Amino acid sequence: MGNIKRRRASYAAAIAAATALLLTACGGSSTSGTPTAADTSAAFPTSGSGEVHLYNWTDYIDPEQLTAFTAETGIKVILDTFDSNETLLAKLQSGATGYDVVVPSDYMVAQMIELNLLQKVEPATFPNGKNIKPNLLNDIYWDAGRHYSAPWMYGTTGIACNTTAEPKCANIKSWHDYFTAGLPKMDSLKDQVEVVSAALRATGVAPADLCTTDKSKYAAAADLLKGFKPAVIDSDSGIERVIAGTSNVRHAWNGSTHRMKDKVPGVEYIYPSEGLNLWADNLVVPVGAPNLDNAKIFINWMMDPAHAGAESNFSGYDNGITGSDAFMSDSLKSDPAVVVPADKTALISAVPPCGQDARDLYTQVFTTWLGEQN
Amino acid sequence: MSKIVRGRPGQTSPWLAIPTIAYLFLTIGIPLFITVVYSFLQRAKIGMGVTWHFSPKAYKDLFILENLDGTTTFDTRYVKVLWHSFQYSAVTTVATVVLSIPIAMWIATRNESTRNILVAAVTLPFWISILIRTYGLRQIIDDNGPIGWIAHKLGYENFHIIYTPIATMIGLTYVFLPFMILPIYASAERFDFRLAEAAYDLGAKRWTVFRRIVFPSIRPGVIAGIALVFIPALGSFLQSDMLGGGKTNMIANVIALNFTQARNWPFGCALSVLLILLTLLLVQAIRLISKKFGDQVSLV
Repeated sequence: MGNIKRRRASYAAAIAAATALLLTACGGSSTSGTPTAADTSAAFPTSGSGEVHLYNWTDYIDPEQLTAFTAETGIKVILDTFDSNETLLAKLQSGATGYDVVVPSDYMVAQMIELNLLQKVEPATFPNGKNIKPNLLNDIYWDAGRHYSAPWMYGTTGIACNTTAEPKCANIKSWHDYFTAGLPKMDSLKDQVEVVSAALRATGVAPADLCTTDKSKYAAAADLLKGFKPAVIDSDSGIERVIAGTSNVRHAWNGSTHRMKDKVPGVEYIYPSEGLNLWADNLVVPVGAPNLDNAKIFINWMMDPAHAGAESNFSGYDNGITGSDAFMSDSLKSDPAVVVPADKTALISAVPPCGQDARDLYTQVFTTWLGEQN
Repeated sequence: MSKIVRGRPGQTSPWLAIPTIAYLFLTIGIPLFITVVYSFLQRAKIGMGVTWHFSPKAYKDLFILENLDGTTTFDTRYVKVLWHSFQYSAVTTVATVVLSIPIAMWIATRNESTRNILVAAVTLPFWISILIRTYGLRQIIDDNGPIGWIAHKLGYENFHIIYTPIATMIGLTYVFLPFMILPIYASAERFDFRLAEAAYDLGAKRWTVFRRIVFPSIRPGVIAGIALVFIPALGSFLQSDMLGGGKTNMIANVIALNFTQARNWPFGCALSVLLILLTLLLVQAIRLISKKFGDQVSLV
């Protein structure tokens, strides 16, 4: 494996070098090398050659779009996938090179910037940068002004409930209701931040205070979780389990809920009254990317409303590009799980990553809860 | 192996061991060294990994819990997880022994060409990735799968195996069964079945024949099989994750959690060191047992 990867990386590096040579030979503006804001005055390339190496979440990009991208730009996409932000971080921190575009979530972008793992490519100044939704441009804690990252899909983490199979769904209006419902066929995500932050909200911690280091708050959350014994604690199998009818109530992402609804119309997405976490994924270029120009072309292409809309249709999540709704399917546009209803927007907030001390408390509550399961 | 040894025993050059030693050093020695070193370091402030400052905190955290109410108590969580891992591995080992002895004996009593086919059949699962096989097993024991369907038809409405500790143990048994069959078969194949016939002729009952004649002959295989099943089962995490519904934590699941979401590499390393020490104890125990019987166990 290692050998193949290394060979692939050196092949990519060779192509990058060839591309760079070609660009300088033609006397064109060289946008490769160290990225600076000055680059943006040059004409933005719309096509290229060679490859772009994309490292993305599993099942998170439309293969047809990748074919279309290659047909339009002449750049071949090499896709590799990961299953968690931590896997991605571990890989980049261990010095893995060869990736041109990677897809971290909000808090991970902040951390990668701090660790100097990302290139300042200024996506907001790309031709399609003008399409970035205003609320996802400056008011974001992880990369205000979008100097490093372009928006990708975003969504919320709430509760999916099959109202046909479980009439008591109507009683679940809050996280507290969810944790204390005691219904059969309840599932949970296996995600430390989501589970513990939901429990903190349920025990009265304000959204702005979710990184508190006050131990009594965590003790209350741990107490609540003590009685919560889901059938399954798993982040991967949610959609299939709800469709198969083995699970009726679960902590779920809104896009997954949309995909469940496609098969099981009775499924509803609940916005808990204590509020829910907003997460937003991003396209970024890691330091050492062998095909910088191709990475920029790829990111710009994905910020085109038609392409962003198609990606939303594939994944079931809304995206950060203005005008993309014109290209979304009706079922997506009309789904209150995906497009947040006006009266629910106040419930949603992005949660910045907590410091070490708070994270240790999250870990303590989470591992204790897992240990109580059997 | 026997191809390399051309001369009389004892005449082979000791230099032939170098590739093996180098391989073990690179793939076990160095990672083990890193694990031990990391377990005594502090973790990185941000991101993954460690900072190069000595700290015994990881080992303290194994046993001492600072409670959320400020008190300090003995931390039973990891001891419990270890105990569960032991239980699951022990049940798995017993199940594989019980299943393997008849299978191995049956294979050993076929004629040679049939034997070869059957041994190949036992190793057939290795052709497919363990991940895919575990997914397959999940479909089979799922409530909506064939097992659930049969239980439902028989009237067991609340029949439920998937996402329980039993599912984890079924998964472990399934995966490790060949590692028990093959060493037992290797012993059984050498067994002279005329001895069993002689015992019958002298009036021994079936069970007595097995207990006093057959079992002592296949015991080295059983002990080798126990070592090959129990120890890797102890460090498994795929089965508890995929079949246990993420609830039946084994020690490896906790180690994995600390390398990912919890981002506490020193603690993950300390847990690994603990697991390694327990494994060494087990190997010693198995060696002592085999010594007691005077058996030659080739794999320990």
